[in-house]
Amino acid sequence: MDAILLQTLNGLDKGSAYALIALGLTLIFGTLGVVNFAHGALFMIGAFCAVTLQRVLSLSYETIDETQKDFLGNPLKVKTPYVESWFGPDVGGAIIEWSVPLALLFAIPIMIGVGFAMERGLIKHFYKRPHADQILVTFGLAIVLQEVVKYFFGANPIQTPPPDALNGVANVGIIFGMDIVYPVWRLVYFLFSLLIIGAVFAFLQFTTFGMVVRAGMADRETVGLLGINIDRRFTIMFGIAAAVAGLAGVMYGPINAPNYHMGMDFLVLSFVVVVVGGMGSLPGAVLAGFLLGILESYASTTWATTTIPGINQIIIYLVAIVVLLTRPRGLMGRKGVMED
Amino acid sequence: MSKTTVSRRGVLKTGAVAGAGLAAPKLLLADGHAYTNAPTGSTVTLGFNVPQTGPYADEGNDELLAQQLAVEHLNGEGDGGCLNTFTSKALQGNGILGKKVEFVTGDTQTKSDAARASAKSMIEKDGAVMINGGSSSGVAVAVQGLCQEAGVIFMAGLTHANDTTGKDRKANGFRHFFNAYMSGAALAPVLAAEMGTERRAYHLTADYNWGWTQEESIVASTEAMGWETVNTVKTPLASTDFSSYIAPVLNSGADVLVLNHYGGNMVNSLTNAIQFGLLDKVVNNKDFKIVVPLYSELMAAGAGENIKGVLGSMNWNWQLQDAGTKAFVKSFGEKYGRPPSNSAQTCYAQVLLYADACERAGTFNPCGVVEALEGYEFDGLGNGKTLYRADDHQCFKDVLVVRGAQNPTNAYDTLEIVEVTPVEQVTYTPDHPMFAGGDLGTCNPGA
Repeated sequence: MDAILLQTLNGLDKGSAYALIALGLTLIFGTLGVVNFAHGALFMIGAFCAVTLQRVLSLSYETIDETQKDFLGNPLKVKTPYVESWFGPDVGGAIIEWSVPLALLFAIPIMIGVGFAMERGLIKHFYKRPHADQILVTFGLAIVLQEVVKYFFGANPIQTPPPDALNGVANVGIIFGMDIVYPVWRLVYFLFSLLIIGAVFAFLQFTTFGMVVRAGMADRETVGLLGINIDRRFTIMFGIAAAVAGLAGVMYGPINAPNYHMGMDFLVLSFVVVVVGGMGSLPGAVLAGFLLGILESYASTTWATTTIPGINQIIIYLVAIVVLLTRPRGLMGRKGVMED
Repeated sequence: MSKTTVSRRGVLKTGAVAGAGLAAPKLLLADGHAYTNAPTGSTVTLGFNVPQTGPYADEGNDELLAQQLAVEHLNGEGDGGCLNTFTSKALQGNGILGKKVEFVTGDTQTKSDAARASAKSMIEKDGAVMINGGSSSGVAVAVQGLCQEAGVIFMAGLTHANDTTGKDRKANGFRHFFNAYMSGAALAPVLAAEMGTERRAYHLTADYNWGWTQEESIVASTEAMGWETVNTVKTPLASTDFSSYIAPVLNSGADVLVLNHYGGNMVNSLTNAIQFGLLDKVVNNKDFKIVVPLYSELMAAGAGENIKGVLGSMNWNWQLQDAGTKAFVKSFGEKYGRPPSNSAQTCYAQVLLYADACERAGTFNPCGVVEALEGYEFDGLGNGKTLYRADDHQCFKDVLVVRGAQNPTNAYDTLEIVEVTPVEQVTYTPDHPMFAGGDLGTCNPGA
């Protein structure tokens, strides 16, 4: 029982990342009709926003400590962060320690800016081109972005630890009278993803802007005929989708150390999530994200891997095949989307 | 009026001859024997094939810096580094056999096909007489096979799978790095001393050749001392989040987790294991422990504080106090401002060893170099006395057992040496079952 609960939690947690990335992908596809293979790179850039802020906050000055030696036997250069000298070791240390949550504020304008630049500078030129062209250009863009990040940050993973208060484990089984520990930050990530998903849905459902965007997703031409500049709104949605991916990346840093390739690691899985959920369906993307996360988690249990060796490696693709055979439009796909 | 008849067979024959002539690397008679890329001018070219892009690019960059340093020292520049401590005095700082050393570089991308292509290009277009470097066993085996076919020497970089000098060994290939069997043999006694002989181990293993051989080696050595293996689970190489593999460990009854992962896999799986509080658990009335059989400095830096107290093994570490290590660390540190990694040291040592073998053999002919290296014993390059065994071209030297530093004093102080395991303890017979099925064959000079 405790194993099932643990794997379910774990699946929800994995699904959070899948759902957040797939949500952004679907937003872009649903609004602009673009298959954006650079979306994983936006997730990666978000994670590196946290790395950058951590480095900025850790900028230090050097003093020579004659009592200690470095690896060559020279007097050791001791680094002290400026924030610690300005605000004292306790406050300065706390600011650096909370760099990941602080990076959320830092990342929002940056990611919206990156999204705008990406859409206005490159992707808008491919709206009327075939999906194959869009895939090629966005995939190329993803490679360029990851190589740029690698140039500045290197290929090695860079740790962005959570604040001490949100580190460690919590006993989540106490409600059921069991002893089940789970990492606190992963619970935070799950709740954060629910918050973001809820905010995106509320924005689309309960604001005038969202209503126009939804109308545009359903029938772009008619909305345009009403004199509404739907293209501008769709560009803003691209920025919002980029921000969602970026925030997902910022918060993912403490789970797995950011590296330049992390966007590509998620990209294929996220596309499977979108296809399983149904192209253009926002609830489908979220549902499929959590569903595939849970299935992947169950397939990694000792029982599953000993019963069917290798099931952990193929489960997601197996499910995708079954879903597409039985429901070709995906779980919640709409008629007419990606269909000639 | 003359009539020229052109038959299909004639065209094919002519084309085949012309094609072979154009495609083959230059074969020249030198030292009385023909061999591939025999240097005829005043220089000799070495090929450094390292990952310059991809996940191991930082490791590749470190290898390249060390290789460039080795070339400087061979050409008499800099402080000479390990030329001053090497027991062989054949190298004089005037290049190799009086020829100035030059080098070309290739990018393995840590992909076997890309590594073979870049090595092939360096051999055929640039005239490289030796290929050195790499950061993966798959790449090492692929490039070693190519060098054997092409008739040049391969001095492997970082490759830890048993197969490189086991079933895939080749006469033209030499490995200075230690292997998975040696990791197990070195670690087992330390694990027994620190954790006891009644432990239950759970293995997470990267699902490719290196992971399998390391798992096999560690299972064999730990079971031999009384440990029980609870489960061995293969994880896809592309995995990034290992939480769904870590969670089952909590309910498995295991009290030790062995992570047969390297690079990004290791950083992520160890981070995830720490997140789940494994090191704070008590199972079977014992403190839960994590073991990472193969460490590198760059991985340790990537894992950050998560490696504190975690045991593993290494080929070499800059904190060793022998003369060869000190000389290399001084040269590298003064030039680049930081200590070298063990993959850098491996490549540096391999370049010097190749050059020294040429000097002692009096030729660049691969067969002469092979003869000079086989059974060669030396010291002064780090790790103390070292033997290049003739039977399989595997280096035998002391192996390090290390632990993630509990209280690092600087950015480089990530690992502390627990034990220098003597070479006798990690030596095995050439026909050991884990290395069976291979045949060195005969050296190929390319003629």
